[in-house]
Amino acid sequence: MTSALGSVPTGQGGTAPSPDRPTRPSPARAHRRRWARAGGTGWLFVLPAVLMYAVFVLRPLALTIQYSFYNWNGIGVARWAGLDNYLTVFTDSDLLKIIGNALVLIVFFSFVPVALGLLVASLVRRITTGVFGTVVRTVLFLPQVIPLVAAGIAWSWLLSSNGLVNQVLRAVGLGGVARAWLGDFDTALPAVGVIGAWVLLGLCTILLVTGMSKIDPALYEAARLDGAGPVREFFAVTLPSLRQEIGVCLTVTIIAALASFDIVYISTSGGPGLQTTVPGLEIYRLAFSQRQVGLASALAVVLMLLVVLCVLPIQRLTRGDKS
Amino acid sequence: MATPLARFSRRTALLAPVLALGLAATACSAPGADDAPRTGGDATVSTELGSDPITLEMYAETGFPLAKALADEFTKQHPNVKFNIREDQFTVIVENAPRVMASDNSPDIIRLPTMVDLVKDDLLKNLDPYFTAYGWDKFPASQLVQLRVGDGGTTRGTGSLWGMGLGYSVTGVFYNKKLAEQVGMTQPPATIAEFEELLAKAKSAGVQPIMQFNKNTAGINFPHQALQNQFGDPAQVADWIFQKPGATFDTPAALKATQTIQKWAQAGYFPKDANALDYASMVGEFQKNNGLFMFNGDWESANLDKTMPGNVGFFLFPTESAGGKHVAMSAPNTFGIGAKAKNPDAAAYFLNWAHTNATAREIAVKIGGSSPGGPSDLPVPAAAPGTVLAETLKASQQLGEENGAVDFTANATGGIFAAAITPEMQKLIAGQQTPEGYVKAVQAEYAKELSR
Repeated sequence: MTSALGSVPTGQGGTAPSPDRPTRPSPARAHRRRWARAGGTGWLFVLPAVLMYAVFVLRPLALTIQYSFYNWNGIGVARWAGLDNYLTVFTDSDLLKIIGNALVLIVFFSFVPVALGLLVASLVRRITTGVFGTVVRTVLFLPQVIPLVAAGIAWSWLLSSNGLVNQVLRAVGLGGVARAWLGDFDTALPAVGVIGAWVLLGLCTILLVTGMSKIDPALYEAARLDGAGPVREFFAVTLPSLRQEIGVCLTVTIIAALASFDIVYISTSGGPGLQTTVPGLEIYRLAFSQRQVGLASALAVVLMLLVVLCVLPIQRLTRGDKS
Repeated sequence: MATPLARFSRRTALLAPVLALGLAATACSAPGADDAPRTGGDATVSTELGSDPITLEMYAETGFPLAKALADEFTKQHPNVKFNIREDQFTVIVENAPRVMASDNSPDIIRLPTMVDLVKDDLLKNLDPYFTAYGWDKFPASQLVQLRVGDGGTTRGTGSLWGMGLGYSVTGVFYNKKLAEQVGMTQPPATIAEFEELLAKAKSAGVQPIMQFNKNTAGINFPHQALQNQFGDPAQVADWIFQKPGATFDTPAALKATQTIQKWAQAGYFPKDANALDYASMVGEFQKNNGLFMFNGDWESANLDKTMPGNVGFFLFPTESAGGKHVAMSAPNTFGIGAKAKNPDAAAYFLNWAHTNATAREIAVKIGGSSPGGPSDLPVPAAAPGTVLAETLKASQQLGEENGAVDFTANATGGIFAAAITPEMQKLIAGQQTPEGYVKAVQAEYAKELSR
């Protein structure tokens, strides 16, 4: 492959010079340039990463797609199933409800943290420096540092029937509202959503604060001279300048919502009923507890496509506007 | 002119790994095993332990100290045998067992989930030769019936022997003696009607009638099956669990049991937050004197004697009419020998020893809190009088005499508990599912799994 790449110039500028023509100062350097132009050295540098990517990402991906066409329990003989598993994913009412749950979680995992993050970021923007700024950033970012499993456990204590949330409610005379938030059919999914919002709010805020610090102060000055208040300033200057950061926030959080597993597994195990079961949890259950590797793989492929479907438009929108 | 070629080679360079992978993935045929010849039960086995130093690999359950205690005692008696014990939560073992047993490091002795799939996949050692060699026919047949699976992993309850129990557990109702006194319960209820009276009394006295978990896995399936066992022929329940052809969950008995559970839920006999309560929280609440009754098994006896000494009693779930036959869920703590085990003879020697050695039987009672099983002519070691352990042991013997042991409906298939019973039971007690719907949903999942 090296010789093929080396002997054929990429032909970027019309007629490419032949290697042995004396227009080049040194043959060795020319060779190196040709290598570089063809991406040879680049490939060498990338090789370890490509290998890891191929073994740990591409191979499992290919295998998952392959498994999705079989009925297989993970050990025994696999039987060809064609598209049956995909048909099940799109017709089983339980599986459709589970995918629906993930879409609901997008509101909590994605829209809430980004909206709140924007608000918090514009409030703390002015205090990014000094000890206080560091404290604020640390506190906000803490949920990102805490393992999701620990967060799930802590929150299931807070939200339990005798947990802090209900204690506070009873203390202020709202005992009638108190309930086992994670065990109640109506509140379980929103309660899980709140945990997710808490985890992801810090990430969004930090990203947005960083983005705001890059905005040219002159823009704000100009807006103020034109008589803009803080609200107008936010919509006219801050928001448009943060397009890319918001795009990143949305992408990361939507993926977190659709592929959520840890928080749900720890706080509710998908219950009560199927109220909080999400695709990630169901894939794991199907593959390991019910031993339907084929159906689990099909659901995984569908989930992957769903993520791509949700994230691609956001990437398009936020990138296209900048260029 | 060179341009298309260059582009081509570049593209090839990019695509090569992806293509290679795609080819590698699809070139190999279907995943999984080929149809391998089954290992028959006719191999010759030895009942000699020998004196060569060996290490038995054991895969046991976290929170089940009996296995390790027995292993330690065995090493004390037979210093040439050491144990290497790996522990996991039971649910993790359920998920891992097939892959662990198919691997090259397959354990010799493993705590088993439902065995049918493992037999089907040829991962377990057939214990029939040991059954003959050790004379296990002297054990009561009912003790080992749950450990039998028909050829090729068809029905359970008949066919070859695939596992043994390290302790044989019994389930029933634990009660808090102080609270019992408070609601005027002088002796365990003799009928379901009496039991329901006590529930009502407790409710009106402001005592939580039943402390039961229903998060993660449906703990309310305990009272449900206790009722179902009484409302119909328990043999019908057993047939369904053993996957006998034609067996169904959609029976009048199951429906009546489900209706009763719904009634109890509506009356507030279960904790209001049962769907948010896991097993550990249930035991914790019961120990805090919150709850008159708790449906559970004798594996908690030793623990309850420690945390609330003298304050706990136990009875087998009462019969529908006075003087009827007691039926209870009772199952061996199943351990099997891997098909790829390196020391199967020593593993079988250990299992036989655990049933017959006097010290081992005492450990089973003291630490495991359950009957050691074994031949019916061996005495069951006594527990200290006045303990709940003594009561559960007595109940276990009584159940044996009445021949009333059935397996758990949760063990009917590998996925029935997680896929149907748990979510549907959570719905039922929250008023999101009807009794008719519950029975039909469980049967539908069962039929779906068996059709695979």
